[in-house]
Amino acid sequence: MFADRKNAGHALRAIPALLLLFFAWTAQAAPVIEQWTTAQGSRVYFVRSAGLPMVDVRVVFAAGSARDGSQHGLAALTSAVLDTGAGQWNADAIAQRLEGVGALMGATVSKDSASLSLRSLTDADKLGVALDTLHTVLTRPLFAAKDFEREKQQVLLGLKQREESPAELAAVAFGKALYGAHPYAHPIDGEIAGVAKLTRNDLINFYRRYYVASNAVLAVVGDLTRAEAEALVERVMTGLPKGEAPAALPPVSDPVAANTVKSPFPSAQTHVLVGAPVLKYGDPDYFPLYVGNHILGGGGFVSRITEEVREKRGLSYSANSYFMPQADKGPFTMSLQTRNDQTAEALQVLMATAQKFIAEGPTEAELQAAQQNIVGGFALRVDSNQKIAEYVAMLGFYGLPLDYLDTFPSKVQAVGVEDIAKAFRARVDPARFQTVLVGGAAK
Amino acid sequence: MKTSVKIAWLLLGLPWLAAAGQADVHEFKLDNGLKVLVKEDHRAPVVVSQVWYKVGSSYEHDGITGISHMLEHMMFKGTDSHAPGEFSRIIAANGGRENAFTGEDYTAYFQSLEKSRLEVSFELEADRMRHLKLDQGEFAKEREVVLEERRMRTEDQPRAKTSEHFMAMAFSNGPYKNPVIGWPEDIKGYQLSDLQNWYGLWYAPNNATVVVVGDVQPAAVHDLAQKHFGALAPSQLPELKARAEVEQVGLRRMTVKLPAKLPFLTMGYKVPALKDAAAAWEPYALEVLSGILDGGNGARLASRLVRGKQIAAEAGVGYDLYSRLPTLFTLEAVPVQGRTVAALEQALRDEVRLLQDKPVTPAEMERVKAQVVAHKVYEQDSGFYQAMQLGLLETVGLGWSKADEYLSNVKAVTAEQVQAVARKYLVEDRLSIAYLDPLPITGNKAVVETSPEAAHVR
Repeated sequence: MFADRKNAGHALRAIPALLLLFFAWTAQAAPVIEQWTTAQGSRVYFVRSAGLPMVDVRVVFAAGSARDGSQHGLAALTSAVLDTGAGQWNADAIAQRLEGVGALMGATVSKDSASLSLRSLTDADKLGVALDTLHTVLTRPLFAAKDFEREKQQVLLGLKQREESPAELAAVAFGKALYGAHPYAHPIDGEIAGVAKLTRNDLINFYRRYYVASNAVLAVVGDLTRAEAEALVERVMTGLPKGEAPAALPPVSDPVAANTVKSPFPSAQTHVLVGAPVLKYGDPDYFPLYVGNHILGGGGFVSRITEEVREKRGLSYSANSYFMPQADKGPFTMSLQTRNDQTAEALQVLMATAQKFIAEGPTEAELQAAQQNIVGGFALRVDSNQKIAEYVAMLGFYGLPLDYLDTFPSKVQAVGVEDIAKAFRARVDPARFQTVLVGGAAK
Repeated sequence: MKTSVKIAWLLLGLPWLAAAGQADVHEFKLDNGLKVLVKEDHRAPVVVSQVWYKVGSSYEHDGITGISHMLEHMMFKGTDSHAPGEFSRIIAANGGRENAFTGEDYTAYFQSLEKSRLEVSFELEADRMRHLKLDQGEFAKEREVVLEERRMRTEDQPRAKTSEHFMAMAFSNGPYKNPVIGWPEDIKGYQLSDLQNWYGLWYAPNNATVVVVGDVQPAAVHDLAQKHFGALAPSQLPELKARAEVEQVGLRRMTVKLPAKLPFLTMGYKVPALKDAAAAWEPYALEVLSGILDGGNGARLASRLVRGKQIAAEAGVGYDLYSRLPTLFTLEAVPVQGRTVAALEQALRDEVRLLQDKPVTPAEMERVKAQVVAHKVYEQDSGFYQAMQLGLLETVGLGWSKADEYLSNVKAVTAEQVQAVARKYLVEDRLSIAYLDPLPITGNKAVVETSPEAAHVR
């Protein structure tokens, strides 16, 4: 059991550091990515990582909750049922095959994507069992009625539990406030009324439409040769119909005006979320906004929001801000939680901090400190197979250039104070901020 | 004094491990008693540095519960030579990530850095090991932060709050009865002098272990440690009272009523940890037993209770064989809609009974062991995890080499031994049970307000 100190933030002062030294190694630190496209149209991103006899595989489809249509929760439930029966195997057989070779398989869903991931030893016998299992789950899922019903009941129970968590209720309300009628608006797991209506056929149709080769991106990271990686990909993907990639999502429209949603809840704290849709992958303002937010509230230990809310006033344990880029504009979010009777004060400090930053931008010293942290710590972003696989899957899925990681430090370093000020003024508009407050009801 | 210990391969029979290139751990002890453990991992040009102190909530007495955690927060609030917050500022400017955590049996601080920056970590950690400056104003604010942390993690989380009450019932006099973060009234009652006293008692080189994992050379790390920590004075450490938990003399049961949506069940049997086990194999047998019940989606709880009987929506097991004091083997579960917590308790106890009545199958034993073998490889993908393991083992007094023995000890466990620990320890007189009985959540009707700025459209 831990109690830790995450999101601690502290005042800023520039510390001289040897940036040239950082560059000397960052130039070599980025992993070498090999890329190819299968005959069926799946894009593959491979990084050879010797040293440990293991491999990580991720298969990512544009099949996230933004593809739910009016059936909220469809993508998530489809993903949840996948490994409960496939080919000749039921859920026990699938899980026990993987456990018998020490492999780990998981399925996750985001707004944009649905992923299957596999981690296995590279031992030929073990890897073979793991890959055959993944292949079968991917290409021949059963969606048996019994499994469907059980998983649906579990999701419904999870949705019920959400209603006891002010943090989760705030997140749901925030999505709705930011995105209105856009497919990014609803929670990934859906809502009780909609999930209750989902049928087995809905899942099968969703699977057939979106789990297709030309809608897939694969990331493979591990102790394999290129030829072995190619064979692995064929083994996993063979038999999956080519299909077609879905059209782009409708564009996100900005909220027309600032708005506040208050939901009384009988909790000790009020959860506060403030923000707007802003950033997508490949956005020309990506680096100024990213580096700027590091200074505003993303640097964790070294950011203005934490300094003002937590360090100076003791108002919250976790106060921060972040951009979550997506295929289309993802949320810019500022968040804190505080004792109910301090909510107005904490919100006022949060807003004043943001407004001052947006109006004036950072100081040179702040920018230098942020760049030293991001560039100097670049190697930490890619120091394990796990992290490399996540990065490579991300840049593959969002179509970022192969040299994204190589050029990342120099792009961070190239950002100037004025770039940040300009990007924030143009893109982060408090007059459109949506504010969600959950808490404060008498018990 | 410098001693270098090289551990022989314990697992020579396993060719995959040699291929994995698992590095030796180098152990040094400085004259002032500071222990330094170094493990090389040259896969990436990074290093993780952790400082572990032998102090945590199980060292605390009533009235000051949570003070180890409060002190952990204050460790970022300045020393004689660094202003409050400067520690974090310097680490950040050197490209680092840092944090700290407190548990029942330890308090630990860490930084992840590019490899050339290790000295920055050592310099700052050595400084705050002996020269913390506790300031009343900083303390007053940080206490509020800790109270907010407690509200977020416990007060507003029905299951966490249930577990807190459950631990307070399961243990009578043993220190695990208290939450790591402390009871609210104790947090509100700390004085600055309490913190000063706690710091003076436990923060000394002879009560600490420095763990370094990464792209480093052990001899160079030793020299760097000597340079920065070598001059720190050791302390006369207090003698820790045994505080052995009284023998439990029958089932303990409670109901926790809280606003919540779902019921929840937690059960715990008093069991030995590796440190105090009657026989060294017993904790490893409990470890395998936990894998039989909850080692993945194919294990018994998922297969038989979530899918087979469809009585549990979720079910899980907890056991920490590296606990400093005897601990609990816990089972936690949520019933599906339409089934009661009482029926779920019965189903879980039926599973325990089955483990006592029949040896587990060879196929199940093999699956648990295959997973342990694989995880031993996977865990090497994370320098942080490796450092955690070494630091934890050293800090609870088991010694880091137990990390290397884990695999062979688990592999040696037999089905009969699993049955034996189930019969010996998973018995009613050692059992405590808590039900979370949900009360209605009231007053949560959504109100939508449009703020004045709405008029101000651009």
